[in-house]
Amino acid sequence: MKRQISVTINGKPYSHEVEPRLLLIHYLREVAGLTGPHIGCETSICGACTVMLDGKAVKSCTMFAVQADGRNVLTIEGLAQNGTLDPLQEAFWNEHALQCGYCTPGMIMTAKQLLADNPSPTEQEIRHGLEGNLCRCTGYQHIVNAVKSAAAKAGA
Amino acid sequence: MATTVTRPETKFGKRVRRQEDPRLITGTATYLDDLKVPGMHHACIVRSPHGAARIKSISTTAAAAMPGVAAIFTGADIKNLGPVPTAASLPGLRVPHHHLLAQDRVYFVGHPVAVVVATDRYLARDAADAVEVDYEPLPAVTDPEKAIAPGAPPVHPEWPDNVAFNFHQEGGDIAQAFRDAEVVVRQRITSQRLIPTAMETRGVVAEWRAGEKSLTLHSSTQIPHLLRTLVAGILGMPEHLLRVITPEVGGGFGSKLNVYAEEALMAFIARQIHHPVKWVESRRENFTTTIHGRGHVDYFELAAKRDGTMLGLKLKLIQDIGAYHQLLTAAIPTLSVLMMPGLYRFKNISADIVGAFTNCVATDAYRGAGRPEATHGIERMVDLLAAELKMDPAELRLKNFVQPEEFPFPTATGLAYDSGDYAKPFRKALAQVDYTKLRQEQEEARKAGRLMGIGISTYGEICAMGPSIALPAGGWESATVKIEPTGKVTVLTGASPHGQGEETTFAQIVADELGVDMNDVLVVHGDTAVVQYGIGTFGSRGTAVGGSALYCALQTLKEKLNKFGAMLLKSDNVSLIGGQCVDAKTGKSVTFADMAVAAYHAKQLPPDTQPGLVATHFWEPPNFTFPFGAHIVVTDVDRDTGEIAIRRYVCVDDIGKIINPLIVDGQIHGGVAQGLGQALYENAVYDDNGQLMTGELTDYALPKAHHMPYIESSHTETPSPVNPLGVKGVGEAGTIGCSPAVVNSVVDALAPFGVKHIDMPLTPEKVWNLIQQGGRA
Repeated sequence: MKRQISVTINGKPYSHEVEPRLLLIHYLREVAGLTGPHIGCETSICGACTVMLDGKAVKSCTMFAVQADGRNVLTIEGLAQNGTLDPLQEAFWNEHALQCGYCTPGMIMTAKQLLADNPSPTEQEIRHGLEGNLCRCTGYQHIVNAVKSAAAKAGA
Repeated sequence: MATTVTRPETKFGKRVRRQEDPRLITGTATYLDDLKVPGMHHACIVRSPHGAARIKSISTTAAAAMPGVAAIFTGADIKNLGPVPTAASLPGLRVPHHHLLAQDRVYFVGHPVAVVVATDRYLARDAADAVEVDYEPLPAVTDPEKAIAPGAPPVHPEWPDNVAFNFHQEGGDIAQAFRDAEVVVRQRITSQRLIPTAMETRGVVAEWRAGEKSLTLHSSTQIPHLLRTLVAGILGMPEHLLRVITPEVGGGFGSKLNVYAEEALMAFIARQIHHPVKWVESRRENFTTTIHGRGHVDYFELAAKRDGTMLGLKLKLIQDIGAYHQLLTAAIPTLSVLMMPGLYRFKNISADIVGAFTNCVATDAYRGAGRPEATHGIERMVDLLAAELKMDPAELRLKNFVQPEEFPFPTATGLAYDSGDYAKPFRKALAQVDYTKLRQEQEEARKAGRLMGIGISTYGEICAMGPSIALPAGGWESATVKIEPTGKVTVLTGASPHGQGEETTFAQIVADELGVDMNDVLVVHGDTAVVQYGIGTFGSRGTAVGGSALYCALQTLKEKLNKFGAMLLKSDNVSLIGGQCVDAKTGKSVTFADMAVAAYHAKQLPPDTQPGLVATHFWEPPNFTFPFGAHIVVTDVDRDTGEIAIRRYVCVDDIGKIINPLIVDGQIHGGVAQGLGQALYENAVYDDNGQLMTGELTDYALPKAHHMPYIESSHTETPSPVNPLGVKGVGEAGTIGCSPAVVNSVVDALAPFGVKHIDMPLTPEKVWNLIQQGGRA
């Protein structure tokens, strides 16, 4: 039995009938057409699907679309404002914090949460803050540098 | 016409941020699963839950009646299609017929048995669960040494000894080396099975156009052209009617350097159902059915003089093949043999490889592909020899290095090392860690009962794969450069980058050669209908081979541009400077755009010159390149818990000339992370029945951000004489250099307990047990 849901995604209203079992990540990617968040594991380990739900980073592969009913979702597509990159996006670019780019949308959303919780984290705090997101390309060092650099710019 | 021309700053060697990043950081790139084609159906594959079993029956009746189901295919439907190909050719190689879907038996967990196609991803999965397969489980074998022991269950009934091949290679006089030896050290060393784990799993979208009889295959692959040739062969369709497109590829590491059953299956199905079909691998499928790497059991024997002079190295290598050969499976351990001399001068080697069939997924090329295994063995053996001789491991290495004046250096394995100064990066790394002081500190630590280790690896590798003679399908690479009528530049490369950043590196090369703005250069790859035939991206070849092709194509275009410049300037003495053609006498110049317009409008042409500005070059490398370097790792081991803390990770890698240091750093870091993963965390574990116990990311320990040390990476630059750019390749250096440095460091830390060797991964449990046993293990 399908259920009607209404979700605000990146500031825009979306309303659809969905199956209760539809995962939020599939709703975002296949119904709303936002393919920025990715699927990497389906077990909430890799974090490629991370989006913000009411301002909190969540792994959208392990929640249902119906659980997002009436709530606010921010995906990577909604991060840049009026064509201006978010400082984290800019920092990821400057610091070469991505290679294949597959983990990047989730990594940036988690980093966003990390800096919201702790605007001037130490290197160890950054590393622990990112432990729910896997990257197979970078060895994380440039990602850590990017988060540091974004934090430093925000604090400057 | 302008009269002043300034030479722009060169881009070669600059930390330029990447051209490909804007789409990747904004979520607007298109990966395979982002593709949507009208009428697209979804496939879900029914796979074997058994390591070995006979298929007694398959019933698809219930599944076929489920909502949305369009078709179901089983082994009988694809019986007459070609097998999944292997390109490795060794004398006497046993190649089981690898059908796209299992016939009457399954050989590993994950073996595809049936494909369900439905209108929706969820419905396809529902129906796949309703396919009933009646199996009769059979005994399985998953350990390669057990597999080739007498009495093991046969993986393939036709070859009861489970031997896929035997291979022998010898160089120099190994018998004499061992007769001359004053000391011989022996060790069994394993390189465990690893799961490549690209963050994006594999996936395919196939579209059949009935009218044109053409098929477009979108696949997350590293080798679009080879895939086209080989899938056309499987299907028996003309190659030019098959188009392969690689969308954005979310990592490969060798795991997408292959031709998989699913790629041909989807192509076949699209043609059968007259609808486009998509299949995207789940992570569990990725772990059970995409190739694994490593899987070695190695028995090494190193012969030496008491003064530390190494004389010869013997190796008995048992390679876990898995149940089937994938594209290069059997060739990978032969690369290990080629690497056996390492950076050392000794000229005598002997190697025997046994390929062992097991009820596991195939092993094949995973970052480093045979070379990390070899380096791990060699660098462990050097440390074992140092321990035996009570010599400092740094001194022992320096004593045995090939010397700078000996290049090109012919090795006992038939290679010619291109260029090198092996002591240079090593001395730099030793100075950086202050090695002498570290050893003193270690002595103090030991007195205080603390376990501190210093580990060294001085590695060499074989890159820029490679001369065509050495690769089954050719080892060249191609590039086409097109200067468009507006002066914009398009590069078509036969390489297929998937994170390595060649869209940027290549734009840097073009910017320097033509004097154009990097932003005016577009690098196109991964579409066989657009790009001339190419080989692909693997074996640290993208820039060394593909970049060289580009460089040569650019030289051809520059000559042509000069002709148009000379014509426009009415001069016979012109040269290209900063995107302009300048008359050496008068200083007058014409712009790049002026020349492009002249070439395309063709109102007037230089003598013997065609209109247009397009050049293609197929670059055949005369040799491999041989990067080298030194990694030094300082560890502290917790004697109460067995936990390993990496205090310092210093690496100095010589990868030849560096085009973009920012990208190179990224390659080194990522490579080290994969080497460290092998050394400390990762292990693909099968139980005796063939179940993959590490079948999800919940169980397979991939390094996370907090597991990684800060990597202190720097370089020396010894240009390669093999190609016009002087580059050697960097994709695999970090992985190859890392694992022996880590393990040597931990063994060094545990030396007070008499520990001589530990097999990877160095889990705290393993280390703690060794401490408890006082090294008696």
